[in-house]
Amino acid sequence: MRVRSRELPWFAGAILIALVLTAVFAPYLAPQSPTEGDITQKLIPPFGMEGGEAGHPLGTDRFGRDVLSRVIYGSRISLIVSLLAIGLSGTFGTALGLISGYRGGLTDSLLMRCADIGLSLPTILIAVVLVAVSEPSFQNVVLVISFLLWPRFARQIRGETLAVKEQDFVALAVVAGRSSTWIISRHIFPNVVPTLLVISTLQVGYVILLEGTLSFLGVGVPPPNPAWGLMIAEGRGFLATAWWITLFPGLAMLLTVLAVNLMGDWLRDHLDPKLRQVGSRAEAEPATIEPVPEARPRGAAAGADGG
Amino acid sequence: MWRYLVGRALQTLLSMLVVISIVFVLTRLSGNPVHLLLDVNASERDQQILMHHLGLDRPLPVQYGIYVKNIFMGDFGSSVLTRRPVTEHIWERLPATVELGFVAMFLSVLIGVPLGMYSAVHRGTVLDSAARVFAVLGQSMPAFWLGLMLILIFAVVLGLFPAGGRGGVENIILPAFTLGYFTSAAILRLTRSAMLEVLGSDYIKFARLKGLHEQIVLWKHGLKNALLPVVTFAVMLFVQFLGGAVVTETVFAWPGLGRLILESITTRDYPIVQAGVLVLSALYLIGNLFVDVLYSYLNPRIRHARA
Repeated sequence: MRVRSRELPWFAGAILIALVLTAVFAPYLAPQSPTEGDITQKLIPPFGMEGGEAGHPLGTDRFGRDVLSRVIYGSRISLIVSLLAIGLSGTFGTALGLISGYRGGLTDSLLMRCADIGLSLPTILIAVVLVAVSEPSFQNVVLVISFLLWPRFARQIRGETLAVKEQDFVALAVVAGRSSTWIISRHIFPNVVPTLLVISTLQVGYVILLEGTLSFLGVGVPPPNPAWGLMIAEGRGFLATAWWITLFPGLAMLLTVLAVNLMGDWLRDHLDPKLRQVGSRAEAEPATIEPVPEARPRGAAAGADGG
Repeated sequence: MWRYLVGRALQTLLSMLVVISIVFVLTRLSGNPVHLLLDVNASERDQQILMHHLGLDRPLPVQYGIYVKNIFMGDFGSSVLTRRPVTEHIWERLPATVELGFVAMFLSVLIGVPLGMYSAVHRGTVLDSAARVFAVLGQSMPAFWLGLMLILIFAVVLGLFPAGGRGGVENIILPAFTLGYFTSAAILRLTRSAMLEVLGSDYIKFARLKGLHEQIVLWKHGLKNALLPVVTFAVMLFVQFLGGAVVTETVFAWPGLGRLILESITTRDYPIVQAGVLVLSALYLIGNLFVDVLYSYLNPRIRHARA
């Protein structure tokens, strides 16, 4: 499952770099327009099959749009949605987690009860209904995903803050009369950054799957945007005759999420100080023996939730 | 122990109230229900009368109170389209969702436990790696795309199973596998790590020293002890499936509650959407409560740590 220590995640890294480059340079890479097609060129099979054309390496859809171009542009949507949603929920969740952990007492209890409630909700179901009723749009997709994601950040960062708070340098700063804001921003925050990085990476795959699911169900980024989930939904009716419309965006999604998950696992093993200690103690099988309570994904099971 | 139980039950109740409130706010945000119920040409006076009849002219807090009361009395109103009580619609569809969830749970255990055990016993072999690839893929694959690919291969090309609908055993295999793949991957990882932990323990070494047959050591002493977390996890899976039913049911035209909710979103039949979301969320939350209680009962370490 995990990349062995001292072994760099080449596969995941290469895919991720390729993906980011694809998204950034989409206009130069895509052979055709992602949203405009020639209707006379509809449902052309991929190059190499009977009737395929070199101009459309992955074929065309029912409007004659080039599947390769749409897959290329689709990477932008997945990346932008995940960056925005994780940026938003990460900022919000981290701030609340820091405050909760540092303050303790009633603030902590109230915030963490809120986070627990947020974590206990059936994610997909709530997301579908929230977006559907508030009109599917790019902005609403990002907002709803962020709303469902912040408790994950808050919970983890709070736990980390509790540990950092006990360190001597924090006590010294308190004695020196520094304000809470100063201590949190100068002493505690820098120490939770590795954890934050790990959680963020591990959530990217989840957000891409969630966005894809929403698009597939018709309550995500609206057409004619080339969102991968949307393309899969559009190809559904042509499964028997034009399977390429469904196959390629799904493969792109699978590769992306796979790469992000592998990268997240690798980062967790190498960046998270707590897990590193656990690893060095259990010499025989470093990262595979998970403490049982942690193995219980509290609402974290993206795909299980997604059915 | 009691303190933990009461706290956990209270939290479930609060989560339910949050879901109820989200649904309430959404239905008020989504426009005046009167416009949905009445003809476009209805007079101002007709609208007034209906508003009064539905209690929509009362202050929002009062409306909310009545709404919550009705829900706890089991009164969800009637469908806008069919005029039949919403509860009838729900009861028609719920069995299909539960059936799919059970079969998917059964299938994931059937796949995940033997593979995980095999992986643990034959650590480092080719098949162990293959099992890990299976697990990594399962956690990165969009469920809706997997479903469509299974339809393409097993229904369209090979003609082994029907592409959708509910009926005999052959109908349920593809949707159950789609729903269960992610979780069988999770079960595989969990079984593998639990089994590795157990196999490294003193009583296994002792059982081997006693000269017991290796199969007895593995199955009787090993698996029996490794299964505890797996069994709890399996129960939780079923709960997760309820939340994620909407995706798989859509792909396979499975006449369950999730699909009913999505259909009703399209037809703007909001009473059904509300009730469907509330019923699925309630089952999800109560199920999770049950799992947590079961888990803390079975695992004293958790019980004492949390109490």
